[in-house]
Amino acid sequence: MTQKLDHGQAISVQNVTMHYPSAPSPALDDVSLEVQPGEFMSFLGPSGSGKTTLLSLIAGFVNPSAGTVSIGGKPIDGLKPHRRNLGVVFQSYLLFPHMTVFENVAYPLRQRKLQKEEIREKVTRALGLVQLDAYSDRLPKELSGGQQQRVAFARAIVFDPRALLMDEPLGALDKNLRGEMQRELARIHRELGMTFVFVTHDQEEALVLSDRIAVFNHGGIEQVGTPEQLYYRPATLFVARFLGDSNVFTGNVDPAAGAFVSPAGTILLTEEETSRTDGNVLIVRPEALTISPDNTAAPGKLPATVREIVFTGANVTVYMDFADGTPGIAKLAAAEAAAVRVGQAVSVAWERTRQHLIHERAAI
Amino acid sequence: MNASVNTVPMRPRRQKNVPVWLRAWNVVVIALLILPVMIVIPMSFSGARNFSFPPKGFSLRWYENFFSSAKWMDSLLASLQVGVLSAVIATVLGTLAAVAIARMSPRFSSLLSSVYMAPMIVPGVIFAVAIYAVFLRWQLTGGLFGFVAAHTMLALPFVITSVSSSLSGYNAGLTTAASSLGAGPVKAFVTVTLPLILPGVVSGFVLAFVTSFDESVVSLFLATPALKTLPVNMYDAIATEIDPTVSAAATLVILVTTIVVVLAQVLPGRKKRK
Amino acid sequence: MTTQILSIPDSSKSRVRTGAASVGGLALPALLALGVFFVYPLALIVWLSFTSPEVGLGHYISLFTDGVTVTVMLRTLAVGLIVGLATLVIGYPYAYSMTVVSPGWRTVMMTMVMLPFWVNIIARTFAWFILENRGGLIDQLFQAFGIEGVVLLNTWGGVAVAMVQVMLPFMVLPLYNQMSTIDRGLLRAAASLGAKPAASFAKVYFPLSLTGVMSGFSLVFVVTLGFYITPALLGSPDQALLSQIIATRVQRLLDFPGAGAAGMLLLVVTLVILGVLNWIVRRANPLMKKGSA
Repeated sequence: MTQKLDHGQAISVQNVTMHYPSAPSPALDDVSLEVQPGEFMSFLGPSGSGKTTLLSLIAGFVNPSAGTVSIGGKPIDGLKPHRRNLGVVFQSYLLFPHMTVFENVAYPLRQRKLQKEEIREKVTRALGLVQLDAYSDRLPKELSGGQQQRVAFARAIVFDPRALLMDEPLGALDKNLRGEMQRELARIHRELGMTFVFVTHDQEEALVLSDRIAVFNHGGIEQVGTPEQLYYRPATLFVARFLGDSNVFTGNVDPAAGAFVSPAGTILLTEEETSRTDGNVLIVRPEALTISPDNTAAPGKLPATVREIVFTGANVTVYMDFADGTPGIAKLAAAEAAAVRVGQAVSVAWERTRQHLIHERAAI
Repeated sequence: MNASVNTVPMRPRRQKNVPVWLRAWNVVVIALLILPVMIVIPMSFSGARNFSFPPKGFSLRWYENFFSSAKWMDSLLASLQVGVLSAVIATVLGTLAAVAIARMSPRFSSLLSSVYMAPMIVPGVIFAVAIYAVFLRWQLTGGLFGFVAAHTMLALPFVITSVSSSLSGYNAGLTTAASSLGAGPVKAFVTVTLPLILPGVVSGFVLAFVTSFDESVVSLFLATPALKTLPVNMYDAIATEIDPTVSAAATLVILVTTIVVVLAQVLPGRKKRK
Repeated sequence: MTTQILSIPDSSKSRVRTGAASVGGLALPALLALGVFFVYPLALIVWLSFTSPEVGLGHYISLFTDGVTVTVMLRTLAVGLIVGLATLVIGYPYAYSMTVVSPGWRTVMMTMVMLPFWVNIIARTFAWFILENRGGLIDQLFQAFGIEGVVLLNTWGGVAVAMVQVMLPFMVLPLYNQMSTIDRGLLRAAASLGAKPAASFAKVYFPLSLTGVMSGFSLVFVVTLGFYITPALLGSPDQALLSQIIATRVQRLLDFPGAGAAGMLLLVVTLVILGVLNWIVRRANPLMKKGSA
């Protein structure tokens, strides 16, 4: 079966800056990142955030204005792409239209001058991995989008690269196919034990697939962490907003009261949080909220008016406005939401342990 | 009914929308365009020893004359040699140049294109005189090298245009993909780019060959008794010798060119069926 | 923008990383060849025209004072003008037809127009030689009407007639290219507003086709000015065109400096005429004023 070869190599990015000639600000600004051997790391962020640029840099398609990239501890700056031994899956697949599926997948092995028999063996194995064995004599144009994507994948791993770089490979697929391909991708990652770097703008996808996620914004990395870390302990407002929905309260820490004072109301803090006197943003995830139909204001309970109630199958999403107009979102089980009505005055509460206090440097 | 009923040209319309006088005019124009061919070919079968038309009598003597004459056959051979060599060199140089243009920033590429296209803009007689001046000094007249060099210059723009046209449809990302898979720049070009731009390269080659094979002005200047291409002999046959063999030569030239052009259209289609 | 590096690798992005050196290397062989075998020879005879046998404008002045060149230049311009106008009149309806016929017919008509490019110029000129000769078809034709001695051979008129046929494709192609972009719905609009066919043509269609007319005319004119084979075979030394003068200077006298000067004259006149034509078009056509197309 597929053995775990030595292709779980670490990728190290150190102080990398990338200036494009005509752009006013750098595409990447002094970025550093460590990808652990064999991990599934996602680069997540909006368009233009620098995530694809960093991928291009690692692949060698562009050279950084400053900084170093290393793989397995060895610097690869100055090494041309064809010498880097990295697999790349492109968003548009870029299969060679004049070659069959077999020839496409065999291409990197031919470049490495392998023997015919070995090539045949490896190609068959790779195609088997993506379940396309029967299609080896087809031309790319005869395949569906999903099939082309799998061929591109097979081609990128057949030569046992040091790591696999993927640039929004599932972007062109429809929702169902995407879900299926995500599961495939996770399975293959487990089987191969290869280092995966996956660029996407879809936060759900990143959360589902990754061991760790690096969130990019305007040429810098806002936070690197596991999906749980990013979701429950976002380091910045941008990360909180980019992953999932949030309730965001701005205000100040009042150490004497042990609370966070915000225009929406007074929120009780834990001891640890009270000591962080520079905290100015408090984030609570929708699932943590409970809604009671009374309108009493008390420390720890915030009054709000229900604006909209959306039934989403298993849950109910309640959109509301707090006293100062701050928008709020709550996700409740259907039973909990039974008593809530649109336009109703309610009070919102949550357990202190489920809130997250940060000091946001950027303008709010 | 003239103008108003007709629609935007893209829709296939029956011929009946075109008024009669216009159709008649078109026939006349077409007749005018194919006139030379309609005259030269019958002339080559003329039985008479002069240039009178319509030709009197039927004879193959001019063809016999052509194929049995050392002078004519040598020039035919010379034209074929020069044609193939010029086409090969122009295709290699031109393909590389077209690839360079495709990769350059727009500022440089338009400048470079203009430079490469220059041989098409300069009047033939001026270029002929200039290169004659230079080749006299370098003693390259009447030699294969000189002819090939001059013809290659004239053929280059055609190759570049043709290959550039193919390249514009080429996805440069494929080259990037090839490099990510371990192919160096040369390998990537040969295994990925070239097969995909082959139609442009082939048609550039054909155009280059035809340009050289039919080239008359520069050849007239560079010719010496040692080396004359076919058009040179044809020119002399009309201008000084009044030799009716020229009509056979002309017909053969038209035939060769047509065959080459038709083959170039047909062969690529054949390849796809493989 | 940055997502495009891997996602949509258009050629402008690959330019970002391709070093100037590697691209230059590709362009170099062709450039070198052009430099040696094209630029250098041209530069040489231009240089000679100014410096041999002595530095100065001697050759250029003699062009205007030798009593021959000026006449030849005027004759050449006349031929260019006649050929340009004749091909315009003959080719315009043909090009127009190409825009309205079925695609099948259009291919046929296009092939017919492209045909001369496959036929050797000497072969084509030879056909006219036969026609224009004493006793040739043209002579016979006029004799049928009682007009004797119409021998076009060895006259610049005969050259002009043959050149019309040779240059026809150079007029039709640019015309057709431009005409095929004209929206013919405009003609229907004109008709619905009450314009008679002749008026809608004159006021609507023709002005819109003006760009094509000008590029076709310019092309024919410029190519005719510099054409050699047909004038050399069908014309005569005493009714010579400029290209013949340039050629005989070199072939008879090895007078490269003089030929260079005459060549420069040809080039300068060509550029001036092109400039004037461009200027006329810009003035006449309001659409062109913005520098479009």
